[in-house]
Amino acid sequence: MSVSTSRRGFLKGAAASAAAVLVIGAAPSGVMAATNGFDTTMLNPFVRIASDGTVTAIVKHFEKGQGPATGLTTLIAEELGVSMEAIEYEFAPSNPKLYNNTAFGPFQGTGGSTAMFNSFLQYRQAGAAAREVLLQAASQAWELPVEQLKLEDGVIIGGGETAPLGEFVQAASQLEAPENPRLKDPSEFKLIGNASIHRKDTPPKVNGTAKYAMDIQLDDQMVVAVKRAMRRGALAVSFDDSAALSVKGFIRAAMLPNKAGVVVYADDTWAALQARDAIEVTWDYSAAESRSSEDVYKELMAAVNSEPEYNLTKNDQGTVAAAIENADKVVEETFYFPLLAHAPMEPLTCTIEPTQDGGVVLHDGSQMPTSPHMVLSKVLQLPMEKVQINTMFAGGSFGRRATPTVDYQTEAALAFAMTDRSRPVKLVWSREDDITGGYYRPAFAHKVRVGLDSTGNIVGWDHRVAGQSIAKGTPFEAFAVHDGIDDMSVEGVTPTPYSIPGMFAGLTDTKAATSVLWWRSVGHTHTAYVMETMMDATAAAAGRDPVEFRLAHLSGDVPEQKRMANVLKLAAEKGNWGKAAEGRSQGIAVHSSFRSYVAEVVEISGDAEAGVKIEKVTCAVDCGIPVNPDVIKAQMEGGIGYGLGHAMRDEITLEEGEVVQSNFPDYEPLRIGDIGEIETHIVLSTEAPTGVGEPGTPPSAPALANAIAVKGPRVTELPMVNAGVNFA
Amino acid sequence: MAISIKLNGETHKVDAEPGTPLLWVIRDHLKLTGTKFGCGVASCGACTVHLDGEPVRSCQTYIEDVEDAEVTTIEGLKSTPAQAVQQAWTELDVVQCGYCQSGQIMSAVGLLIENPKPTVDEIDEYMDGNACRCATYQRIRTAIVRASDIMEA
Repeated sequence: MSVSTSRRGFLKGAAASAAAVLVIGAAPSGVMAATNGFDTTMLNPFVRIASDGTVTAIVKHFEKGQGPATGLTTLIAEELGVSMEAIEYEFAPSNPKLYNNTAFGPFQGTGGSTAMFNSFLQYRQAGAAAREVLLQAASQAWELPVEQLKLEDGVIIGGGETAPLGEFVQAASQLEAPENPRLKDPSEFKLIGNASIHRKDTPPKVNGTAKYAMDIQLDDQMVVAVKRAMRRGALAVSFDDSAALSVKGFIRAAMLPNKAGVVVYADDTWAALQARDAIEVTWDYSAAESRSSEDVYKELMAAVNSEPEYNLTKNDQGTVAAAIENADKVVEETFYFPLLAHAPMEPLTCTIEPTQDGGVVLHDGSQMPTSPHMVLSKVLQLPMEKVQINTMFAGGSFGRRATPTVDYQTEAALAFAMTDRSRPVKLVWSREDDITGGYYRPAFAHKVRVGLDSTGNIVGWDHRVAGQSIAKGTPFEAFAVHDGIDDMSVEGVTPTPYSIPGMFAGLTDTKAATSVLWWRSVGHTHTAYVMETMMDATAAAAGRDPVEFRLAHLSGDVPEQKRMANVLKLAAEKGNWGKAAEGRSQGIAVHSSFRSYVAEVVEISGDAEAGVKIEKVTCAVDCGIPVNPDVIKAQMEGGIGYGLGHAMRDEITLEEGEVVQSNFPDYEPLRIGDIGEIETHIVLSTEAPTGVGEPGTPPSAPALANAIAVKGPRVTELPMVNAGVNFA
Repeated sequence: MAISIKLNGETHKVDAEPGTPLLWVIRDHLKLTGTKFGCGVASCGACTVHLDGEPVRSCQTYIEDVEDAEVTTIEGLKSTPAQAVQQAWTELDVVQCGYCQSGQIMSAVGLLIENPKPTVDEIDEYMDGNACRCATYQRIRTAIVRASDIMEA
């Protein structure tokens, strides 16, 4: 992991003011420059301190609810020596030199559950380096050896002297930043691992003052809505806006230069949505998708019943097939997973605001600021420094705000470019736009055959996967595709922490049916379901307990097996595995994703016929050092709910190329009454922190499926309601 | 058409066509953005406001129907149940992305005004129309019970 708190990365002496301008200047005025009337000093790219002692952490990851506004701020506060109450935060401007995701390379962005993973050392070092220059400045002023001084709760104290840290900020900024500041030993942590720390973003989200991109209200702004093709690949030929003319507030309509749709400009959101609905567009469907979900289903099923395109394992397919043929018992299942929409609570939106100097500010819940920064620069033909990104709160994402085509920001840029650039342009997507507007978890099929010997041990595991690659043909191909294999299609099958004797796995890419994208936990959304329901089915065929059977394949002396076995045992213990209350059934699943390990026990009442009710979920997670335990718990709760809700009843289907579902009534979100208590147990680890945003999702659906299978069907095609499962 | 609307205790004149949802009058005309747009079809509850003290979905409430009513948004909450709910939400760190939470809070306050001591089943039933894609439901449930206790204390 590269860490950018080197001497060169720090701002010091005469360079400090110029560099501070660079940092601050890259943000919209009024956002980064808010100073409460006090002089402020950047001690490094991540720490700004005002002369009144107010510390501000510059957070490089956007906040979509997963917690970096709290987490990265905690790291700074811990090492600097201030309380959580005495530190504020703001989102970093777009500057991949300073604020890149070190797990991604020279690119600023959030994803893959990497926020804490890639920031843990970087932000601690930034906090520690700021502390050391402040102590040095105090040491010089007081003529005391620096070893006698310490910084605690915002106060520098020692040798009979005491002063608030703000007093030495100016002097500290003139000092050379230490190359290797001393980091606290974990035994000294007061904030990291402290379960009583509250989220920094709670207050504005409880009183309605939190600002999301949807909340941008600029003087004289236009709101635009876009009439898009309902079938992927269709092109607009012409449009008739005569019916829109009677909509009060309608300004005009214009064809997008890429013919992807018609932009409607209006004075406000309601007018834009009304006028958009009134526009008639003639489409050219000659290159458009025309298949239905049944066709996609047939293609995927044919693919898993044929020779795979790519071999994922070194084992010889014939040898594995022979072992299964000669097995005492064979367990075979075929699985299907439908397209899924992300449907973040805040529909997609962003605003392009012209600035006095001929540049623009993009107000956006920006998941990957580097991408829209480049797109706006190109589309609007502006130098990069004339494009600023104001990252705002995002009302959820689940992957949707990070697309290879930078879809909604590009649309906004094209819409802005077709104006005289004097008025801000706010693009608003409706919920219907969101559900029908492309980018889905791809549909996947799996077929698995497992052979068992007479003692109930696996002798062969043949695993075929087929689906549409997320990365191929996109700018993400270079990092996600290796030897033709999109890692995101198979992660969780290969690699798997399980030791499975005689495993063969193969992948077949299928034709593009629609635009597909990572969806909270990406490939693990289907691979964990298959691995963990197959583990259960195989254990049942072997007459063995599902926990014992899994542990038998996790007995190696390697960290990934030990950690996976550990969370499995912890969830089983805390979830009273094997001791379900009267009338209840339990299911268990364990999975590793994004370097973390999560096991879940789902306890249900009822059955598939009478109606299943999810009574309780017990979760065990090992994500390395738990930085904000309560945020980790919240992410497990959210990840579990997200996984369960979609597995229960959601799918996106195509009919002659058009998406059938359009809004929440037919893409029904998990509701409060659908799920009972979730209890999360966190492993006390000393390993480096790893992801929590996504890893809670993968085990949830298979654990539910395994609980349903105790008294009912083994569900192999999702959503579960399609397989005849009723929910109470 | 000029319509007068009483919002958070103040009367405003707005120029909006009949059929304009209250949601867009609040957000785009009066620039109060705590009330959120989530679905536009009254199926997510993010736009919940109080009309004469009762929760309604402002995306399906039309401006001409509220002329004589008192509209309260998250920005205008100040009743005892509202304070209890916001305190409980803060204590329990209910929020994640937070986008639905204004609506959740408006509904929770409506519930506690109507039923200060709801059972878990009553909470689930009343809050059924408020979707949270982050699935903060367990904390919402616990926070409503906590708010009820705060009100009682």
